[in-house]
Amino acid sequence: MLSKLKMSILIGSFLVLAVLPFITEWIDEPFYVDLMARVMIFSIAAMSLDFILGYGAMISFGHALYLGLGTYAVGILAHYEVTNGWLQLLVCISGTAFIAFILGLISLRTSGIYFIMITFALAQMFYFLGISLEAFGGDDGLPIDTRSEFFSFFDLNEAWNMYYLILGTLTVIAIVLWKVINSRFGMVVRGSHSNDARMQAIGFPTMKYRLAAFVIAGVVCGLAGFLLGNLTEFLTPEYMHWFRSGELMIMVMVGGMGTLFGPLFGAFAYLMVEDFLANFTEYWQFYFGPLLILLVLFAKQGLWGMLPGKEDMSDD
Amino acid sequence: MTLLLFIEQFLNGMQFGVFLFLISAGLTLVLGIMNVVNLAHGSLYMLGAYFASTFFGLTDSLIVALILTIPVMLIVGILIELVVLRTMYERDHMDQVLATFGLILFFNELVRIIWGVEAQPLTLPIWLSGNVEILPDAPYPVYRLVIIGVGMAVAAGLFWMITRTRMGMLIRAGASNRPMVGALGVNIRFLYTMVFGLGAVFAGIAGLMAAPLQSVESGIGEDMLIFAFVVIVIGGIGSIRGALVASIVIGIFETVGRSILPVLMLEVVDSETAQTAGPALASMLVYILMAVILFFKPQGLFPARTG
Amino acid sequence: MTEPLLKVDQLHKSFGGVVATDSLDFDVMPGEIHAVIGPNGAGKTTFVAQIAGMLKSDSGSIVFDGRDIAGKTAPERSHMGLARSFQITSVFRNFTALENVSLSIQAHAGHSFKFWKRASTDRDLTEPAQKILDDVGLGDKALDLAGNLAHGQQRQLEIAMALATSPKMLLLDEPTAGMGSEESENMRKFLNELKGDYSMLLIEHDMDTVFSVADRVTVLVYGRGIATGTPEEIRNNAEVRAAYLGEDEVTTGA
Repeated sequence: MLSKLKMSILIGSFLVLAVLPFITEWIDEPFYVDLMARVMIFSIAAMSLDFILGYGAMISFGHALYLGLGTYAVGILAHYEVTNGWLQLLVCISGTAFIAFILGLISLRTSGIYFIMITFALAQMFYFLGISLEAFGGDDGLPIDTRSEFFSFFDLNEAWNMYYLILGTLTVIAIVLWKVINSRFGMVVRGSHSNDARMQAIGFPTMKYRLAAFVIAGVVCGLAGFLLGNLTEFLTPEYMHWFRSGELMIMVMVGGMGTLFGPLFGAFAYLMVEDFLANFTEYWQFYFGPLLILLVLFAKQGLWGMLPGKEDMSDD
Repeated sequence: MTLLLFIEQFLNGMQFGVFLFLISAGLTLVLGIMNVVNLAHGSLYMLGAYFASTFFGLTDSLIVALILTIPVMLIVGILIELVVLRTMYERDHMDQVLATFGLILFFNELVRIIWGVEAQPLTLPIWLSGNVEILPDAPYPVYRLVIIGVGMAVAAGLFWMITRTRMGMLIRAGASNRPMVGALGVNIRFLYTMVFGLGAVFAGIAGLMAAPLQSVESGIGEDMLIFAFVVIVIGGIGSIRGALVASIVIGIFETVGRSILPVLMLEVVDSETAQTAGPALASMLVYILMAVILFFKPQGLFPARTG
Repeated sequence: MTEPLLKVDQLHKSFGGVVATDSLDFDVMPGEIHAVIGPNGAGKTTFVAQIAGMLKSDSGSIVFDGRDIAGKTAPERSHMGLARSFQITSVFRNFTALENVSLSIQAHAGHSFKFWKRASTDRDLTEPAQKILDDVGLGDKALDLAGNLAHGQQRQLEIAMALATSPKMLLLDEPTAGMGSEESENMRKFLNELKGDYSMLLIEHDMDTVFSVADRVTVLVYGRGIATGTPEEIRNNAEVRAAYLGEDEVTTGA
């Protein structure tokens, strides 16, 4: 169970997010709705990465791939005039699950440095694939003309509807992932992080579980991509670039690895800092690079890890 | 696809393989001996290209540029090792990935600040820009043959050093059993710095040689880095021999594959499909090869460490 | 004449030029404790790793409970009744002692593709886990993080985790490693209590433990079994004494 402080921060944040659109209306700054919508999408993506990276020690340097795949699912179908949201969602989920399964089969046979390099290379392969697909815009990308249609009364073109869909998804995903992390399945993933040999010695065929976790993480990230495609109304292979994967890892670290909720805030922190620095100077990465190194050296536990209050080990 | 065209692509593939080898050799040693993931290795390649174009611009001589770039790259490599990499040896891979990722950001921006956003021009001197007839009626650029030659020379020199010198023996020992070498009382820090510096020099040479062939701009290191990763994964971490074999194989596979595949596809599908799917599939070839090899040998073809 | 529970025939394993296991014959009868001793580098842990399924032998056969297990993975062997404790403590440091043992129980309670119910409060797991912790003497430490336990307690936890998998045979790799004399004495008492209910292959350096607990002893030198017999027979064996020359462990024993 989370400490009281962390619980309050979480609930407080969700409440703020829930009423944010009303606040922006009041201060007449609708831009913030879109901004936070974007932040929330990356929170979902970051949480999905923490699931395998923080808890399972699978350092996947190609996670942004699934973000991109989600946008492609929406975009390609919309391009062919299939705008039914349910259908798009089905394609998104099954597509990302399938690809994550195959990639997981290939890469999870390895570990350590090999695993990092392979996930990097395989994700990049999809990036190059995306660039070479002229039919879908190549590296220029493709605009998505219509957002997904779910219910006739729920028009996603309304900014608030989009926002609340994203918030709703974030809330559900956060709860589900938290449940899974503490379930029997989650225990196996976490145990395999610490000591895979030990897990096998007590009788767990760990590969199966790690593969399942890998697929789950991919599908959740794909969902984030689905929302991203709808929000930005744009499809581009850039979302799959390894640089994006690096950003996701930064969000996880800044938030706090292996905490699930930390990366939620990590995404927020990273995107805010990036926005701030980018306004400052065009060469913001020049400053961010060394800053990142310093963070790794001195603030590794991330924001969530710096909060006082260890998790209470007893019951729910 | 004529035989001549095939030979030309084959040689191009070897030349590309040379670049890959120069980059991967250093990287595989760093990975194998120091157990550090260094994403910024591509940045060294990029810096080599930038320094080369600047020195060439100043002296109009490629040879002088080479002579100047080598010590500069060595110094840059040593600096990076002393300032950043040293802090990462005891850290886990995640930290190393993030920290060296930060280095990439830094260097990519640094070159734009120092040299501007425009790509740096570097044209070949007259004596290198001609063609030579490798077969009757088959002209091939002299420069590319020079690259292959330089690459082979470096590979030979590296092999000599690894197998015949004391330093080389330490490197081999370090690649297969790192803690032991430290326990033997060898000055590990010095070894690490030298290995990293050497890797930087090689990557820089690759950058220098590549500069006349491609545009010198920010971010060119990362595309090569990915290939270097594939090479190392296939060749085996810590193995120079593996890096050489894998580099040549990948270089040829990638280059020849890219030109053959669309042609082969025309035999099977119509030209429209071949035009769209061809390049797409071609870009995936190398990765498919990697996946297949990994399926049978998850540690690569010549892993330096036993298990 | 009962069949041995574990029968190892001509087991062979080499790494490059080094022979770690040299055509080794070995068996464990039901209910007995068969200890393996030998100087450092004799290949004891390599031997255990092959039986546990973490290392593939070059040749030879391993038959457990009447079945050839050479092709079976480590998890499969665990489900057949083979449990292992590690020489270097391998408990899950970030989990509580109770969670550690619960994991062992969970591993043998069907598949774990269960995504909803909280595992750490699941009575089907925690009740049997608590019982085992009580048996081992760690009952009051159930909610402590494994990483915070004293070294000797962690070794006990190792064994608790092995016991929780309802094994027929235990592979214990130096259970008393790093323990003081009182802790070792407790461990010896405990192992004697377990004898009969569980068969054991015991790797040990501590001769007091070997002589007070083992039914049979095999001496391993450079991967080869140079002698097998009762503790008394081994103590008096000239070849064995020669192999241990220079080592301090050839003391009086119980």
